[in-house]
Amino acid sequence: MSDRKNPTRRGVIKTGAAAGAALSTPYFFTGTSLAGGHSYRNEPKGKDVTFGFNVPQTGAYSEEGKDELRAYELAVEHINAGGGGMLDTFSSKALKGGVNGKTVKFVTGDTQTKSDAARASAKRMIESDGAIMITGGSSSGVAIAVQGLCQEAGVIFMAGLTHSNDTTGKDKRANGFRHFFNTEMTGAALAPVLKNAFGGERTAYHLTADYTWGWSQEGSIKKYTEGLGWKTAAAVRTPLGAGDFSSYITPVLNSGADVLVLNHYGKDMVNSLTNAVKFGLRDKQVNGKDFAIVVPLYSRLMAQGAGENVKGIFGSTNWHWSLSDEGSKAFVKSFGEKYGFPPSQAAHTTYCQAILYADACQRAGTFKPSQVGKALEGFKFDGLGNGPTEYRAEDHQCFKDVLVVKGKENPSSKFDVLEVVEVTPRAKVEYKPELLGGELGPYNDGPV
Amino acid sequence: MDEIFLQVLNGLDKGGAYALIALGLTLVFGTLGVVNFAHGTLFMLGAFCTVALNRMLTTSYQRVNPDKTDFLGNPLKEDIPYVQDWFGADFSAFVFDYNVPISILLAIVVMGLVGVIMERGLIKHFYNRPHADQILVTFGLAIVMQEIVKHYFGANPIPQNAPDIVGGAANIGAWIGLGDNVVYPVWRLVYFAFSATIIFSVFAFLQFTTFGMVVRAGMQDRETVGLLGINIERRFTIVFALAAIVAGLAGVMYTPILPPDYHWGMDFLVLSFVVVVVGGMGSLGGAVLAGFMLGILQSFASMNQVKAIFPGIDQIIIYLVAVIILLTLPRGLMGRKGVMED
Repeated sequence: MSDRKNPTRRGVIKTGAAAGAALSTPYFFTGTSLAGGHSYRNEPKGKDVTFGFNVPQTGAYSEEGKDELRAYELAVEHINAGGGGMLDTFSSKALKGGVNGKTVKFVTGDTQTKSDAARASAKRMIESDGAIMITGGSSSGVAIAVQGLCQEAGVIFMAGLTHSNDTTGKDKRANGFRHFFNTEMTGAALAPVLKNAFGGERTAYHLTADYTWGWSQEGSIKKYTEGLGWKTAAAVRTPLGAGDFSSYITPVLNSGADVLVLNHYGKDMVNSLTNAVKFGLRDKQVNGKDFAIVVPLYSRLMAQGAGENVKGIFGSTNWHWSLSDEGSKAFVKSFGEKYGFPPSQAAHTTYCQAILYADACQRAGTFKPSQVGKALEGFKFDGLGNGPTEYRAEDHQCFKDVLVVKGKENPSSKFDVLEVVEVTPRAKVEYKPELLGGELGPYNDGPV
Repeated sequence: MDEIFLQVLNGLDKGGAYALIALGLTLVFGTLGVVNFAHGTLFMLGAFCTVALNRMLTTSYQRVNPDKTDFLGNPLKEDIPYVQDWFGADFSAFVFDYNVPISILLAIVVMGLVGVIMERGLIKHFYNRPHADQILVTFGLAIVMQEIVKHYFGANPIPQNAPDIVGGAANIGAWIGLGDNVVYPVWRLVYFAFSATIIFSVFAFLQFTTFGMVVRAGMQDRETVGLLGINIERRFTIVFALAAIVAGLAGVMYTPILPPDYHWGMDFLVLSFVVVVVGGMGSLGGAVLAGFMLGILQSFASMNQVKAIFPGIDQIIIYLVAVIILLTLPRGLMGRKGVMED
């Protein structure tokens, strides 16, 4: 005889519920990661601690990714040496060589500028390589995807180049931090400069990349330019990677608009700007005014691809190598001496993120995400090239001055593409945390 | 009316590029029976002939200018092109200005060689293999060539300029009595004229030369041509090289329209295959017709008035038309019976 009991209806429901809960638990919360007496995800037990640099190493943004990696390597060098570059000008003096007595090592992943590939490489670095923190990237879509994964995994994510409001707006997460500025700040900084340059009675025509960053950028520029009296003739969405934008440029000629706003980044920006200039828009007069083209977010690396077409075109940037503050000069010197050319804004923001994370760990005396996060929240610092800056506690967004730039008319070298026309003070680009929505939620320290 | 006219011009331009790539694809498929997924890469390689020539012409030595400083504050090392030193500033300025047209000569030689090496070194071993094998090997080859270009030239687009004389925009509206808003880049008009000339030349070559007659016969019945004692292998090689040159020249001339980058081949490949299928596999006339037709339709689909009625139509129009045509005309617009039907 068997003493096995027959399954009851209640028992089946209970078992099913338990199994369902177990299966729906994210993989990160389970399994072997609990082993080894760790009190948080990937707690370093030896002499080293591993950072995970997740950047585009292949694909259209790989040049930007390469520059990010160069900056990360430099940052690791400086962290381990306890000095060099902007570490010498950084207002916090907590780092003295290594972090919490450990030498920083790093692993890298290739995001390919694809969300799924970026998540896979971040997951690999966390699970297999024991990365304590993930940082990098050159796209908002990717940043939001990886930020979500890091939240689930219980590691800190220090975003790289991501400009969409959503990263620290509706998609923000407690474990995620962004040093780079966003489209809201671009709109607030750029619109007054545009009004001064082109007047208050203008009609804009937007061409917008059809994804999260493009929508965010279009919304911000419309909001701030319309607030200053401009009108919007049309806002047209263009497919990502459209290649030839001529059929989107042609309608601009008959739209009555006298300003074309290209909410495009990277290769799309290069192609659409080239097309617009070749169609004679820059030399055109509409409504008795000179036609103007605006590229809200500039990347110096990408602007080089548009060649002479960027001359006189306004935009914004997070940082530029020509800045004359001590931090920027120190960074340009150390980067330039090591690699032979000036760093890009992507290199700058990633360098800062690595330094800021290491400094926060040192000040917190631990790598535990919740405590490192608390050390970053509300942290005020200077000396990293953007003037006085604060990591706002409410949304984990850095607030600092914003640079409005213009394509240089007479460049002295191939790197000398942009000139800074205005440094918009932080007070003018700051907004209330609730404006962009979203909830940080609680920190996740990983398996405990 | 103005906008419709401009969109037709845009369509003819895009169509010109599609038609030139599709023409070579069809030529290779029709004669050699090879589905060449590396054909788009030949377009990209042609474009990089321009970039390479530009690099060669700007090969420089450095001269220290004590009056200027570099980004680190050191005395500036200015790049002085050898061409400028050897032949003077006027000649070097002329050569730089006409970089793209001069690249045509380079591209004919380079692309011809690339075509011969590809066909003799790889493609000929796949003549009698299934189409799936051909697709796999040529796709792999495309990736390899793409990565080589990326390694040497980087991933960023590299701007190239048309000669100043055709670098601006023309007020076509004033020429033909339309409004002042009918402005069009002169180089795009040149590109259309160039693609029409190349297409016409290829057709004339196939129609009026003995070589062309043999090729056309080969497209109809390869075995019989071989049985007549004609060295079909040599002609296959020449046809492949010709297709490579046509794609390469299309790429060279496209560089002032869009700054070339290593990924161009893949960007144009899928569209060109759709063009070939819509035109009818193996039909040269079909490829040209479909190229221009789909180019114009794509341009019209981008108009705001059209997008207001059918949102997102600009992103799917080519594939939608392809589906409709293949449902109504399974062999494409001008496809022949028996091609890829065994």
